[in-house]
Amino acid sequence: MFERLVQEAPQFFGYHNLVFIGQAMGRTLWMTLIGCGVGFVCGLFIAIIRQTQTRILMPVRLLVIVYVEFFRRIPFLVILFIVLFAIEPLIPGTSLLGIATVSVCLLSTAFLSEVIRSGLESVPRQQIEGAATLNFSFIQMMSMVILPQSWRVILPPAAAFIVMFIKDTSLASQLGVIELTFAGKMLVNRGFSPILGFGAILLCYFMLSYPLSRFAAYLEKRLESS
Amino acid sequence: MSHLEIRNVSSVYGKQRVLQDVSLSADKGEVVSLIGPSGSGKSTLLRVLIGLTPPIDGEIHIAGERVDYSSRRHLRRLRNRMAIVFQQYNLFQNMSVLRNVAIAPIKIKKRPRREAEEHARSLLKKVGMEDKQDAYPDQLSGGQQQRVAIARALATNPELLLLDEVTSALDPERVNEVLDTIRLLRSEGITMLIVSHEMAFVREVSTKVAMMDSGRIVEIGTPDQIFAAPRENRTREFVSKILSHPK
Amino acid sequence: MEYTFQFAAVFRELPYLLGGAALTLGIAFTSFWGGAVIGVLGAVAKVNGKRVARRIASAYVVFFTNTPALVQIFLLYYALPDVGILLDPLVAVVVGLTLNSGAYLTEILRAGVISVRRSEIEAATALNMSRFQILLYVILPHIAKTIYAPLSNFFVWLVLGSSLAALFGVEELTGRAINISTENLRSIETFLVVAVIYALLTLIASATLALVGRWAFRVDAKVL
Ligand SMILES: Nc1ncnc2c1ncn2[C@@H]1O[C@H](COP(=O)(O)OP(=O)(O)OP(=O)(O)O)[C@@H](O)[C@H]1O
Ligand SMILES: [Mg+2]
Repeated sequence: MFERLVQEAPQFFGYHNLVFIGQAMGRTLWMTLIGCGVGFVCGLFIAIIRQTQTRILMPVRLLVIVYVEFFRRIPFLVILFIVLFAIEPLIPGTSLLGIATVSVCLLSTAFLSEVIRSGLESVPRQQIEGAATLNFSFIQMMSMVILPQSWRVILPPAAAFIVMFIKDTSLASQLGVIELTFAGKMLVNRGFSPILGFGAILLCYFMLSYPLSRFAAYLEKRLESS
Repeated sequence: MSHLEIRNVSSVYGKQRVLQDVSLSADKGEVVSLIGPSGSGKSTLLRVLIGLTPPIDGEIHIAGERVDYSSRRHLRRLRNRMAIVFQQYNLFQNMSVLRNVAIAPIKIKKRPRREAEEHARSLLKKVGMEDKQDAYPDQLSGGQQQRVAIARALATNPELLLLDEVTSALDPERVNEVLDTIRLLRSEGITMLIVSHEMAFVREVSTKVAMMDSGRIVEIGTPDQIFAAPRENRTREFVSKILSHPK
Repeated sequence: MEYTFQFAAVFRELPYLLGGAALTLGIAFTSFWGGAVIGVLGAVAKVNGKRVARRIASAYVVFFTNTPALVQIFLLYYALPDVGILLDPLVAVVVGLTLNSGAYLTEILRAGVISVRRSEIEAATALNMSRFQILLYVILPHIAKTIYAPLSNFFVWLVLGSSLAALFGVEELTGRAINISTENLRSIETFLVVAVIYALLTLIASATLALVGRWAFRVDAKVL
């Protein structure tokens, strides 16, 4: 087995393969970054809607609660299939990468909205009452009192969830998106040893995730001690 | 007509009735003190007045105008004229002392920033906190936070001020600083509703004292009458107990 | 463009799908308890172990929590034959998920163990409790309370995560959904129904765990 690895290694780590893996890694990163960016914005929006009290927004609140609970309770693989079969007839010609990215957005919005919501709720009720008696509007209260204090509670778990999304994107290989996992399969299909092929891919994922995990742990520790 | 008129107000927390048929009035410039045992509903009455806890019954009039607590417009107008200092200060932890005091005038009342900050500084000076204007609440002692909270309440120029046990978290020396501030406010003619356990102070500063128990007002009278010649047994019991064991 | 949803063809297959759901739960349970055994060992190693044991446990956790389970299982499934071990797809998936659970449960249990405060143990010692009593009345209830919520979240994650078994041809819930949809060509309806089954499955799991938590550990766990 070792002989085979040693024998294949020079060819495996050749220029073309490295570029191929690099591009695949780029797609993995793209899905994660766009997914988390959109997830953060939409999640913030949902979390804020859930904090409102007005009766008119009641149906909207119910709708977003159903959305969040539903998408946190179905496998990412199933989300991928649903998005695939829903988008294909609606917008023919959407790229597979686009479909996978939309799926990550749907998933991350649900999870990040919960993280953000618990951050918003971590601000003591007394300060919110203080703001109310000073005639702050809902938006002023959010922007001047609640959000500036909640990001410290939001950030550590959000970073941990981003690690989870990086790993979830590996399922997009099933659609045929040439991201890291699919690249690994292709390399193995071309005859490279599975240990070499999948091992290298695991290492790539590790290089993306590990710094983020450390960052999350660091944030958590720092915020705990302060 | 009185400046503040409370008529037969009741309120509940869940199923528990915490205010029962409370009536009380205050003329302009009056200082009315609420006394009574813990849990008797003093804080709740102040919360009802400023619209944090809805009344389920009764009427509240301010300067002859009935406040509709279900109307946002009414609430806004009410809170424009009335301010509260909470038992637990409720300062914004993410803002400096100066910002805490100046934010409502700048952002809500749209005053020019420079003018509002100037005013804020003069208020901080009044409560003896001018040298801490750049500190953050978590760097201050309870008494210091309490005084900042008073300055914050005053920054909006309220005609009515509600003070909830503003001295309870203070050590005896600090108590006097805060009480001095309140004396000063009285001389400026602000109508005040004060919850306090400092009986000597209540006696000195109030024009009227209301004794509360189990969500009801048991007795209303002048300070001298309440402390020297209470009509109700409950009042006599409470006053004698608290005078013989202060705190 | 018009599209009329037709669920009848899917509903006809409901018993078949529910059979898949049973396998899904089976995979999740097996990996959870397998992982729990590893997790206890890992947590003990990380908290009380010698330097080498700590290092090994840390490396194991860091590797498995920072790489996708799918690729780990690919490696197991395609590389082990090279050394003469041929794994059945279901076995490969369960082994992979068990190793993953082991890593996550190590972290969850470790957080529970280090949350026990020295002062509480000292207070109990001062009350003349025996070591066994301290373990039973002070340490274990405390750990149970701390780890309860993350543990039940993790179980939900495992139920959802087990869907990757479908990619190896295992006929659990997602696998059977794929089978049906290639036959009836009602893909979107099929996957919507399957999504609802997953949501109900995890909701029931969460609710059951919350009830158990309330009854056994007096944890005030929320269902949603
Ligand atoms: N948020 C709340 N939820 C439920 N019940 C409450 C709440 N706040 C107060 N209560 C109840 O309302 C009653 C009146 O409380 P309140 O805070 O008005 O008393 P208080 O006179 O201000 O007492 P203290 O002197 O201790 O501040 C008490 O019986 C209390 O248990
Ligand atoms: Mg009170």
